[in-house]
Amino acid sequence: MTQVSEAVKVGIADLNVAQHPQTIMTAGLGSCIGLVLYDETNKIAGLVHIMLPDSSMSRNQTFKEAKFADTGLLALLKLMESQGIRKSRLKAKMAGGAQMFNSTNSSEMMRIGYRNAEAVRALLKEHNIPVVSEDCGGNKGRTIEFMIDDSLLKIRTIHEGVTYI
Amino acid sequence: MNDYFNFEQIHLDVLKEIGNIGAGNAATSLSHLINRSVSMDVPVVNVVTFDEMMMEIGGKDEVQATVFVQANGDISGNMFFMIPPDEADLFAQLMIGDPSEKVSEGDEIATSAFLELGNILTGSYLRAFSDFTQLDINQSVPHAAIDMVGAMLTQGLLEISTVSDQAIMIETILHDIEGFDQAIKGHFFLLPNPDAYATIFQALGVHSS
Repeated sequence: MTQVSEAVKVGIADLNVAQHPQTIMTAGLGSCIGLVLYDETNKIAGLVHIMLPDSSMSRNQTFKEAKFADTGLLALLKLMESQGIRKSRLKAKMAGGAQMFNSTNSSEMMRIGYRNAEAVRALLKEHNIPVVSEDCGGNKGRTIEFMIDDSLLKIRTIHEGVTYI
Repeated sequence: MNDYFNFEQIHLDVLKEIGNIGAGNAATSLSHLINRSVSMDVPVVNVVTFDEMMMEIGGKDEVQATVFVQANGDISGNMFFMIPPDEADLFAQLMIGDPSEKVSEGDEIATSAFLELGNILTGSYLRAFSDFTQLDINQSVPHAAIDMVGAMLTQGLLEISTVSDQAIMIETILHDIEGFDQAIKGHFFLLPNPDAYATIFQALGVHSS
């Protein structure tokens, strides 16, 4: 018998937390970053689907915190801490940050994937959260699912199949 | 949060007319290109969340063959032509007359035929848009990809996402191409950047709220 456990789905510019035996996933990452923070001992993981590197890019006063790397990371940390998870226990895995269309046009929005990945790495360093593994860049879409039990990030792409990091 | 897109019905009607004229012109070009009749649906103009927009075309990890272009000039924005990979194969094979060539398998000639098809269709769409509004609109070099819908469409939502959590989706579907056994579903998505709306409405004499 295959045990079917629930996958918590995270939308674009959104975040959530899941606990084993659940898994947590987000679909169709292009230039966006799927950042997973996890606590191996307590078998809890949070995922944020980040679109843009910095909240200073927002032209609105109010916005979804998960949309930007800086506010998204803080919002996820806050949510996890409210569930009793200590930041010092957290580790990170991340994927995405692709450039889907190879443009000669070097507008900053065409290279946003690279900037997203750089921003997330810098923020994690600031917060002393180690990045255990990552799969960023290239020109492919990724659907990711974090297996909380063995702390593995499953990455599915169209042309290269499934890998685990 | 989203008063940026707090339009009245007349604004949505104007955008719908742009979708109608644009896709109508693209359908005519396609019809000439493959010498068959092509029909299209009435455009849908909706204010939707990013996730809802992906659902329109089967969800974020649905695979589509896509041609992406950027519009620049008096207004800026992004445009996508999306079609299931096996249907992209049919078009490419018609264009090059070789049934063994497949876009879906990355064959070079088929892929460049598909890119040219997308270039012609998006070009026709934007030209009609430009004629209708008398705005100067230039089309960038086109790019083709076969990948997940979410990964590709997000590229067109980045500018919008700096002002809103929702987008105005101007969607038109091409279908029923004469002589094809299977139903064809080609989607056009026009995503003007946020600052484009005031310019479009002004050009057409409709006052922004």
